[in-house]
Amino acid sequence: MSTLPATERIPATRRLRDRLGDRLLLGLTLAASVAVVALMIAIVYKVLQGANPAFDKFGFSFLWSSDWDANIQKNLFGALPGLYGTAVTSAMALIIAVPLAIAIALFLSELAPRGVRGIVGSLVELLAAIPSVVLGLWGILVMAPFVSTHVEPWLHRWFGFIPLFSGKPGSSGLFMAGLILAIMVVPIIASICRELFLSVPRELEEGAIALGSTRWEMVRGVILSSSRPGIAAAIVLGLGRAIGEAIAVTQVIGAGWSIQSSLFVPGDTLASRIAGQFQGAESNLQRASLFYLAAILLVIGLLTNLAAQIIVRRFEYHRTGAD
Amino acid sequence: MSAVQPSITLQGDRRVRRRKWGNRLAEGLATLAALAAILVLAIVVWSVAKRGASELSWSFLTSDLPLFGLPGGGIKPLIVGSAILVAIATAIALPLGVLTALFLTEFASRRVASIIQLTLDLMNGLPSVIIGVFVFGLLVDGHKMSGYAGGFALSVVMLPLVARSTQEVLRLVPSAQREGALALGASRWRTVLGIVLPSSLGGILTGTVLALARAAGETAPLLFTTAIFANSLTWDPGSAMPNIPVQIFIWSESSDPEDHKRAWASALVLMTFVLVTSIVARALLARSNRKLGR
Repeated sequence: MSTLPATERIPATRRLRDRLGDRLLLGLTLAASVAVVALMIAIVYKVLQGANPAFDKFGFSFLWSSDWDANIQKNLFGALPGLYGTAVTSAMALIIAVPLAIAIALFLSELAPRGVRGIVGSLVELLAAIPSVVLGLWGILVMAPFVSTHVEPWLHRWFGFIPLFSGKPGSSGLFMAGLILAIMVVPIIASICRELFLSVPRELEEGAIALGSTRWEMVRGVILSSSRPGIAAAIVLGLGRAIGEAIAVTQVIGAGWSIQSSLFVPGDTLASRIAGQFQGAESNLQRASLFYLAAILLVIGLLTNLAAQIIVRRFEYHRTGAD
Repeated sequence: MSAVQPSITLQGDRRVRRRKWGNRLAEGLATLAALAAILVLAIVVWSVAKRGASELSWSFLTSDLPLFGLPGGGIKPLIVGSAILVAIATAIALPLGVLTALFLTEFASRRVASIIQLTLDLMNGLPSVIIGVFVFGLLVDGHKMSGYAGGFALSVVMLPLVARSTQEVLRLVPSAQREGALALGASRWRTVLGIVLPSSLGGILTGTVLALARAAGETAPLLFTTAIFANSLTWDPGSAMPNIPVQIFIWSESSDPEDHKRAWASALVLMTFVLVTSIVARALLARSNRKLGR
């Protein structure tokens, strides 16, 4: 009978090195993570700090004031027209983009043959990759002239009795911004919805087909109804993008600051006003007011994103809970 | 004995036909929607390519910016500036993002991880103009615009993208490999450096390239941090750096048709870079994911 040799002891230097290495790795990665959280806090802090002078002067009445006069004698600012512009353009973008995006996602997940699916899917994602300044350039020089000579007069002629289409067609305005935003939002909602639809359990789809429903009835009864919260989250994420987009909107919206019923008049969103005026702000108060707009935008942006996250998390819980 | 009559007809009655037509209509509309999206992409790409190509030439790529009101000129300072800005952004975002992702997958408890993840997602959803305003308040206000400020602003755009994509790749590394290394007596850091990182390196790099392509096209973070620049070449990030997106923005707002032509040509350069890098990175990513057995 032989005894096993005692295992060789690990040399002390290596043990030390391992312990130091482990500590160092943990320390570095922890530091990076803390830096990420600190960065986020710093962003919120800096924006609020910049807005402070304007908040001191105007308080919350900034939110429902329509002033924007950088003239030294007046120097009054308010956010309402920007809030209105943001709401109208985002709503218009979603009204156009949501049905389109869901239809695209259905095509990609249910209808398209395998080869087409990959190609069309990546083309739709490429649409999201086009830099917004390029899309804005196209919007101002190609889309706007076309839309203002063909689409807007047509809408005005047939639907002019609706206040939204009552104004005189113009080459820049809320309508153009809504269109550009719709183009930017479609790929975001479409790609999330496609993932959602592909994750619907196959048995459910096959069950519906086996019961004799047509494909459309299966889509309505099984796919759409079982991924409703996910679709809501996708729409909220798209909304966040539409609310926050600055550059392309600035290029086509025409920088107006008034609330009018017509979509064809120049306007501004919160983001586009910041992008358009921050650089050339004439007084500290104007700059602080732009910071105030940024703070409003930040709060809205954080809330929409949080809402989407919460919906997604509850949805995941719901799905795994049901399995 | 009489033959049994089938009580239902197997031919579709009006209701069935209506359902079938409804189905066909829905399918047609979905296909049309997909075609519409592709059509928009094609129109945008085609108009940029057509208008940009006529202006694009070797001298356009290699000469200084035009002096105000004069014809000619080129975008060499813009290309160099954009490259340096993106390089600075990558130098900040890549290590920070990868380390954060490592912390999330290797060390963090569930609770801590979910807080950091939420932070990353919120950062990713931030309107990019807010990032510009933030960096202005942090680095530019009271000092001056600089390439460092612009690069830092772009790194805030890239950071969540790099961290999230790295995290996805790290998750794909089979836990059996990690456990194997640990069971052989390797320490944590050796496991990470020797096993986890090498097998996910490809995925991390392609994720970074995707983030880089996104950052290269961002305008809003640069607008208040590095927008007032000279029209000649600079290599010094301490001063404001000319860059492609901001200059396209400036030219697109101009009323001079010459500026529009320059904007189209620069847009073609930018779009080609962004689309080609995204396509290549996506293809590589799909391949490396398949290799890791997904």
